[in-house]
Formats: sequence, structure tokens, C-alpha cells
Amino acid sequence: MIELLGLERVYRMGDEAVHALRQVELRIADGEYVAIMGPSGSGKSTLLHVVGLLDRPTAGRYLLDGVDTTTLSEPQRARLRRERIGFVFQAFHLIPRMTAAENIEVPMILAGIAPRERRRRVAEILERLGLADRAGHRPDQLSGGQRQRVAIGRAVVMHPGILLADEPTGNLDHQAGGQVMALLEALNTEGITLVVVTHDPAVGGRARRRVEMFDGRIVVDHTGPA
Amino acid sequence: MRGPDLLRLAGGSLRGQPTRSGLTLLAMAIGVASVIVLAGLTEGARDYVRGQFQSLGANLLIVLPGRNETRGGPPPLLGATPRPLRLEDALALERLRTVRRVAPVVVGNVLVRHGGLEREVTVIGSTAAFLEVRRLRTAQGRFLPGGDPHRARPVAVLGARLKRELFGGREALGAWLRVQDRRFRVIGVLADTGQALGLDLGDMLVVPVASAQQLFDTEGLFRILVEAREAAQVAPTREAIGQVIRERHDGKDDVTIVTQGAMLSTFDRVFRALSLAIAGVAAISLLVAGILTMNVMLVSVSQRTAEIGLLKAVGAADRQVLSLILAESAALSLLGALAGLLAGLAAIALERRLFPGFPLALEGWAIAFATGAALATGIGFSLLPARRAARLDPVIALGAGR
Ligand SMILES: Nc1ncnc2c1ncn2[C@@H]1O[C@H](COP(=O)(O)OP(=O)(O)OP(=O)(O)O)[C@@H](O)[C@H]1O
Ligand SMILES: [Mg+2]
Repeated sequence: MIELLGLERVYRMGDEAVHALRQVELRIADGEYVAIMGPSGSGKSTLLHVVGLLDRPTAGRYLLDGVDTTTLSEPQRARLRRERIGFVFQAFHLIPRMTAAENIEVPMILAGIAPRERRRRVAEILERLGLADRAGHRPDQLSGGQRQRVAIGRAVVMHPGILLADEPTGNLDHQAGGQVMALLEALNTEGITLVVVTHDPAVGGRARRRVEMFDGRIVVDHTGPA
Repeated sequence: MRGPDLLRLAGGSLRGQPTRSGLTLLAMAIGVASVIVLAGLTEGARDYVRGQFQSLGANLLIVLPGRNETRGGPPPLLGATPRPLRLEDALALERLRTVRRVAPVVVGNVLVRHGGLEREVTVIGSTAAFLEVRRLRTAQGRFLPGGDPHRARPVAVLGARLKRELFGGREALGAWLRVQDRRFRVIGVLADTGQALGLDLGDMLVVPVASAQQLFDTEGLFRILVEAREAAQVAPTREAIGQVIRERHDGKDDVTIVTQGAMLSTFDRVFRALSLAIAGVAAISLLVAGILTMNVMLVSVSQRTAEIGLLKAVGAADRQVLSLILAESAALSLLGALAGLLAGLAAIALERRLFPGFPLALEGWAIAFATGAALATGIGFSLLPARRAARLDPVIALGAGR
């Protein structure tokens, strides 16, 4: 359960204050599929970063499963990022010198999981992603769609409850984008909470719930068919 | 995060930038190797000098003409030339109870001829006691005969090399040498004992002290070597020698008495200071390597900003990022130290083969110091880049990759 209460995020640029988020109120239940849309600069990424515990709000509260995350220490937040939240980026952010399998393994290494268990889970996920034959390939030997699928594998390898994706299809062609969205939605069907930020109405239209932002505020929060 | 995984991750990112890692490693290795080799050099020199003194025997005292202030005062003024040491002085010392042997020494250079060969040679004039005092052995024949040291007998003992040069494989015993305008009969050849105190006895010709005084037309002695009966008696003997000479020289303290122990401890102090100073200079190269490591890690961190942001996004705590960067520099320094150690050991081994007469010392403290300093500087100097990496804002860091 994600609860954002009166959330503010203000960037200070010298004398100027940029309000990236203004009084955001949002509740997302477990297992929901939410698309966040809106024009460029409206605060979508900022919102996702706060929800993903990569950024701290300037004011307001963010409760994750009832726990106020704004009072947590940095190591506690890191632990939540590791265990409860998966992140998928537009630019994939795979580590270039590592193979697909090694990239997927990284969160488990940080969590201190034993090598045998890691190998088992990596194999399982690669199978699931349809990339079993690409395990030893480095990112520069993979197509964009394959890279994004590896990144999704890395995001869910710790079995998080929440999967956050910022423009996951932004760097992909139509077909690869469709495959990636299908994968994310399949994971959602299995119970993961899915929040996708997107410009693309076609992508956003697939979500049951659509939140629209403008100038740091939530202006539309619509559940049901578009 | 598990230890082996930390090392594997660190190793992976080091291999990812081979040139930079290699250069840092090289700098560390050079630093460590130079500390080890330079320490080995000074310690080797110290051992060498110690060995030279020790070859003289622990009971040795050397009496030199002239007052040589140990405080290093100004040289004697004009006209204040010291009264020379004479053969009678040496004979007087022989009567001291704590003295076992006395060898008066006269030294000079002369031309020596035999057959068609001619050579400039250092001649030592002394007595039969010289053999024992200087711990020499004869290879053939006998050494100088005993008896009245005032007798200028025309006999000579050859150093091993001089014998080879003048006679080759031919018999030297009984042959006559022409020394300046006099003739000396060869009665013995010294065994090859190498060098001692910079004087290579292998090149020398030893003759009776009175003969040498005639050759050089002098009454004075170059020095008097005195051997005490026991090491414990060196100090009282020194007092007694001083007193005898004072009585004989109208109450003037106009000689310098040097003991092996005093020379040794002076040289020891000088060399200890020298080797520390040289190790310190070499340690500067380690400092430079440390600063290089810092720069390399700073560049590496800024080039991997997006990667570090990603690590944080998938759950790395600040502390984990910190230890990852420190593990990288620790691995670099350790490998560098190891490479330097191997290079240093190889250099010392090579030097020992090339110059067996002057072997470099292998110093445990230098190895420990160099390795410790390499690790300390390597890790110490990467604290700054590691902290910088740990404190990166993940959102900004991730944006940097775009
Ligand atoms: N680090 C920052 N410093 C200052 N201002 C920032 C920073 N990050 C974002 N902003 C500002 O906050 C506002 C919201 O930015 P955000 O990245 O959330 O927008 P967005 O909706 O994701 O846009 P886009 O669709 O282009 O990705 C923008 O006005 C942006 O300029
Ligand atoms: Mg954005």
C-alpha cells in the first residue's frame, strides 16, 4: 500500500524555487496497475523517484505499508529499495561490462544472497524473459528490447511488491515496446503493484487507472476504461 | 554484501579500466620496489662496513699520529704539526700488561720491478706481529721474521695478486725484487683474503718496518696497531696507551687512539640514519602513488556516476558503495605492493649475482614498511573519492548517464 499525503517537492535553484510536486495526494493499493501521464516537466519522474525512495519529499508524508518512510535512516531506505521496490528506467541503466546474468544478479549480491541461490534465480528469470540463450551476452550485444527485459529481470529478482517504470518504452520501437509492456503487465497479473510513467497515450490507455499530472499537481485520477 | 562478492565486483570494475588500473598498479609497484631496494642498498653498505671492521678483530686499537678531535675542531695551525710516532713508541707499548701484540705500520708507494715487469705498489712496513693483528695467512713461505725490528732486512712478502701479476704461475719464493734502488728477496706470499678497510692487501708488498723507513727515508710511523688481550681490556688499554705516549712525548696528548667498537658504533649510527633517510625518500614515491590512486579513483567515480546511481537504486546503501570503492583501491594497492615486492626481490637477487662481494641486504622492516605504506596510502587517499561516490544523489547520478 502506497500512501502519499500532502507531498511537496521543491527544488531550490539559487533564489528561485521550482515546485516539482504540489500537495500530491495519492493512494495505490497492492496489485494495482497505474499509469502516470502528463506533459513534460509536470513532475511525473519526480513523483516516481519519491515513491521509489530515491528522493525525499520536501514536505508531506509517504507511508509504505503504513510505515512513514520520511523518518527512516538511509540504510533502512536502501533496504526497502532492495527488498520492496523494483525500478525500470527509460535508459535501461545496465552495467556495460557485466553480462545479462550478472546484471540481474547485482541486487542479490547487495542483499548478501548465497551464490547458489543467486544462480538458481537468475536462470529462472532468464528463462521467463525468454533470454536463456543470452545469459552470457553483455548489454552492447543485446537489442534495446532485450536490454529492457534484462533490466526488468533485475528489478523483480528480489521479488519486490512494487515495480516502478519511468518511460520503459521510451527508447524502444513499437514492437519491442509492446513486448516490454506485455511483460510488465504479466508481472502485474501475478500480483505486483505496477506504476508506469509514460507520454504515450497508447501505453497509458492499457492501465486500469490513469493519473494525469500538470505543473506538479494531480489533475485527473481516473479508474476504468479510457 | 559478502566478502568474495565485494572483491569480485571490485575486480570487475578494475578490469573494466585496464589502463588506469595498470598505471596505478605500476606506480605502487615502483614505490614499494624502490623502498625495498634502497633499504637493501644502505643496509648492505652498512653490513659491508661492519664486516670490514669486524675483520680487524674486536680487540684492535689503532694509534694515529696527531690529535684528531672527535668534536671536529679546526685543523692544526701552521707549525703545530704533531710530533710523529716512532718505532720506540711502538716498542714501549709492547711492554703494557694488557697488550698482546703491537704492529707498527709504515705505508708508502714505490716502484717494484721484476724481470721486465714494473709496477707501482703500496709497500707496508711492519713486524711479524702484523700477520696476526690483521688476521692474515701466508699461502707460501713465511711472513716477516721476528727479532730486532730495527734491522732493515731485505726481505719481502707479496700480496696474492701482486704475486700473480709479477710472477704469474712461476715460483716467487727466493726470487729477488728491485724496490726503488734496493733489492729484496721474496720469502712469502699472502693468502687471498680480499679487501679490508679499503686496503687491498692482495696488491701490496710487506717488508720489515726498518726497511720501509729506509725506503721512504722517514723515522715516523703511519700508525701503530695494538691488539689487547681481551675485548674487555680495550678501554683500560686505551687509557694506558694514552699515558705511555704522553710520558714519551713531553706530556703532550698528540695521538689519536681509535677502537674498533667506537668506529663501529659511529658507522652504525651514521648508516642507520642514512637508511632511514633513504627509505623516507623512497616512501615519497609511495605518497605520489597514493595521490595518483586518489586521482584515478576520482576520475573512475565520476565516469561511473550513472552506475553508482543504479547500484543505489537497486538497493546499495551508502556504506556498501563506500566499501566497494575502497575495495577497489585496496586491491590495486595490494597487487601493486605484491608486484613491487617481487620486482624488489628480483632486483636484489640479480644484484647479489652480479656483485657477490657487496650483497644488498633483504630487510624485513623495509618489506613490512613498504607494503604497509602502500596499503595505507592507497586506501587512505581513496577515502575522498569513496565518500564522494557514497554521497552521490541517486536521481542526479542516474541522470548523468543520459
Ligand atoms: N534536479 C533538479 N533540479 C531542479 N529542478 C528539477 C530537478 N529535477 C527536476 N526538476 C524540475 O522539476 C519539474 C518536474 O520534473 P520531472 O523530471 O519530474 O518532470 P517529468 O514530468 O518527468 O518530465 P518529462 O516528461 O520530460 O520526463 C521540472 O520543472 C524540472 O525542471
Ligand atoms: Mg520524466
